[in-house]
Amino acid sequence: MQATHTAGHAGDHHHDDHAHYPSGWKRWVTTTNHKDIGSMYLWFSFVMFLVGGAMSLIIRAELFSPGLQYVSPEFYNQMLTLHALIMVFGAIMPAFVGFANWMIPMMIGASDMAFARMNNWSFWLLPPAAILLTVSIFVPGGAAGTGWTLYPPLSVQMGIGMDMTIFAVHILGMSSIMGSINIVTTILNLRAPGMTLMKMPLFCWTWLVTGFLLIASMPILAGAVTMLLTDRHFGTTFFNAAGGGDPVLFQHIFWFFGHPEVYIIALPAFGVVSHVIPAFSRKHLFGYASMVYAIAAIGLISFFVWAHHMYVTGIPLTGQLYFMYATMLIAVPTGVKVFNWVTTMWRGSLTFETPMLFALGFLVLFTIGGLTGLVLAITAVDIQLQDTYYVVAHFHYVMVAGALFSAYAGLYFWLPKWTGHMYNEGLGKLHFWLSIIFFNIAFFPQHFLGLAGMPRRIPDYSQQFADFNVVSSVGAFGFGLSQLLVLIVVFQALKGGAKAGSRPWDGAHGLEWTVPSPAPYHTFEDPPAFNVAEAHT
Amino acid sequence: MSRDSNKNRHLNRLRLANAGLLAGMFGMLSGAANAAWQLNLQEPVTAAAKRVYDLHTLLTWIIFIIFAGVFAVVAYSLVFHRKSKGHQAADFHDNTTVELAWTIVPALILIAIAFPATSALVNMRDTSQPDLTVKVTGYQWKWGYEYLTGDAAGVKFMSVLSTPRDQIENKAPKGEHYLLEVDRPLVVPVGKKVRILTTATDVIHNWSVPAFAVKTDAVPGFLRDTWFRADKEGTYRGQCSELCGKDHGFMPVVVEVVSDEKYAAWVADQKQQMAAATDDPNKIWKLDELVARGEKVYTANCASCHQANGQGLPPVFPALDGSKIVKGPKEGHLDIVINGKPGTAMAAYGPQLSDTDIAAVVAYERNAWTNKLGEVIQPAEVKARRGK
Repeated sequence: MQATHTAGHAGDHHHDDHAHYPSGWKRWVTTTNHKDIGSMYLWFSFVMFLVGGAMSLIIRAELFSPGLQYVSPEFYNQMLTLHALIMVFGAIMPAFVGFANWMIPMMIGASDMAFARMNNWSFWLLPPAAILLTVSIFVPGGAAGTGWTLYPPLSVQMGIGMDMTIFAVHILGMSSIMGSINIVTTILNLRAPGMTLMKMPLFCWTWLVTGFLLIASMPILAGAVTMLLTDRHFGTTFFNAAGGGDPVLFQHIFWFFGHPEVYIIALPAFGVVSHVIPAFSRKHLFGYASMVYAIAAIGLISFFVWAHHMYVTGIPLTGQLYFMYATMLIAVPTGVKVFNWVTTMWRGSLTFETPMLFALGFLVLFTIGGLTGLVLAITAVDIQLQDTYYVVAHFHYVMVAGALFSAYAGLYFWLPKWTGHMYNEGLGKLHFWLSIIFFNIAFFPQHFLGLAGMPRRIPDYSQQFADFNVVSSVGAFGFGLSQLLVLIVVFQALKGGAKAGSRPWDGAHGLEWTVPSPAPYHTFEDPPAFNVAEAHT
Repeated sequence: MSRDSNKNRHLNRLRLANAGLLAGMFGMLSGAANAAWQLNLQEPVTAAAKRVYDLHTLLTWIIFIIFAGVFAVVAYSLVFHRKSKGHQAADFHDNTTVELAWTIVPALILIAIAFPATSALVNMRDTSQPDLTVKVTGYQWKWGYEYLTGDAAGVKFMSVLSTPRDQIENKAPKGEHYLLEVDRPLVVPVGKKVRILTTATDVIHNWSVPAFAVKTDAVPGFLRDTWFRADKEGTYRGQCSELCGKDHGFMPVVVEVVSDEKYAAWVADQKQQMAAATDDPNKIWKLDELVARGEKVYTANCASCHQANGQGLPPVFPALDGSKIVKGPKEGHLDIVINGKPGTAMAAYGPQLSDTDIAAVVAYERNAWTNKLGEVIQPAEVKARRGK
């Protein structure tokens, strides 16, 4: 059945290798090609990364020393809100959707995504949402200054910037839902004959589970912000005790989305690393089946732990206990993944090109973030650390050193396939070392600040916190500036450089390495034969 | 040879020093509460906080050991399993025994952690049989304290940041307790179980004192509770721990734990002050004395949004200088001060301020800046507008 269907699908397409597309801007606006759309996602994500990064530097400049220096407290609140929203929805998520677009069809031997036109629309929803978010700084009252969690009643007090944020979240949610339906359908239906689910590349597995997480959680976020909108403008009182509502209800709904969201970001990152580490260890991934089960378990459990973000809201003792135990449970499948990566390297034949360096950076720092997550899971301890810089340090280890480093690993890994040129290895390594050193200077001291009791989301602090904040700000600026290197690397590779063969990494397996570099505009118009040598198991 | 062994000894010493440093970095040093470069939790002064402190120390050791174990293996691979050293890749990719072991062993470690974690938490949530109860109300951006039971029952006051604006704006050197000082701290007796009820009037705040391991949201329209029993006299400082708008970073919590004698004296003093401070509601005020008092009320309650110069921060915090409401009929002006404006940051000051204070601040606003209306507002007029 599978084979017939796939073959039939491929047969509908033109059987030539020449690209037929309009030139200039029309190519990009009208494109239905997964490679073009993947590139647009990645460029969009990088631009948003720079915008969100600039905001974080405004934050770190203000925190360089005690006292109010550069920005007002209300503008500071807007910056920390937009920094988070832009980084989560504008930078990290689109980056991995970009990877999915580029790589999943090539990994499974499909000619394109299942819904090519919808793919175009999924992408083109993003720029308007990004414009709404960033322009909201300039409207009367400024952007939302509530933190990315948008908790009412504070969010009910905000100006029109809040409505723009709500609308942006709606649009981003639509884009994500369409994108994930597309990816799930592609993975389930367009695999090359012979590629069973348990022979599928692990990146596809992580995206399959992520797709379901998105489809299940995004509508919940949309519901939460819609209720916020009607509370703000249409007289409902979902979150207002005076009308029989409850502000904490919002937090339950938000985090029912928000916790799966963490894994929506983390799982594809796991997927990328699960390709890079075996390639540069010149071994097969250890424990493929247990990796798949761990991904599925993490995805499932992520729906049942949301109130660990709410230990201090006054949820009952039994609730705190349940959510503590459930959260601790997540450590088990996460540990399995880390152990599998470590064992994949064991007795391998290791080399340390830039993708491997970033994957190793991911492994070390993500593990630190995961272990501090275990500390935070313990309710009694979390009560001390909730809303302090310890939490800020924890999630930046997971989000930046986890997701971002994994994205860089993927970028350097696949850049030769995309451009047909090898990137500048020296610059890539410099980028890695500057990133990992400055990242730790920026974020490791924040653990100490949090333990000492410094609350997050404050523009000014008492003097006992001054020393570590100086260190952290210096690290943040160093980290921010080092990220510009990647721009140079990518432009160089686009312009020229050593020619990349179809398989530039001798340890890499998968159908994507059987097509020439750069990958032609159309690949696998006829489903390829799936050769067991290319399988990950 | 001997030079080599010397070098080795030296290296070993260095390694030891590094290990010590690492142990320190992972939170084994207990710094003094206000020390710079503090690496660990604040020194606990309640039994509950001590348990949290010990639990955190235990967890930090566990994660440190796991981390060290896992990355010792990685480090070995990175050094010895390199292609540049000619290492050939082995071919293995499954081992059911090993995989089961590293699923089950972490699960057992987690179960072991769950026991102390559960008992510490159950203890923290037991608010029964307190010696005294204080209701804490979060406002944008200050705390209100009201003693509900005990000797001080009936005592209530606002607790506002006392750090001068000049220090925040870097125009004056910062004091020792910069941003962690208030005009009137919460005062409680040492060794007594204090139950704290939290609520809020506007948005969610969070009442937090790290030395007590207490951190509880103050949710508008609901009550939450927590407790502490401080073993040591002293002044303990915390901050609002839930983003509550513009001045979230400027509403500290300060608790003074005092001896029973000092507490009794403080209670007596508070009751006397409250009696003395009660204004004669029928007093007829003159414009200049009313405006002088109103300016103080304005500075304490209104200036953070509407600004000392009355220009506000439009559009969220409107200007009062030349405002239609301020220059309009005084009933409208009084109503908005007494009842607030729902859906905005304008709180209802009726429950917070006395008739005299409301009369004074409204009179001040109607006569300050360019609003020279020359009107006097008497406390009796405020009383008449209440509930309308």
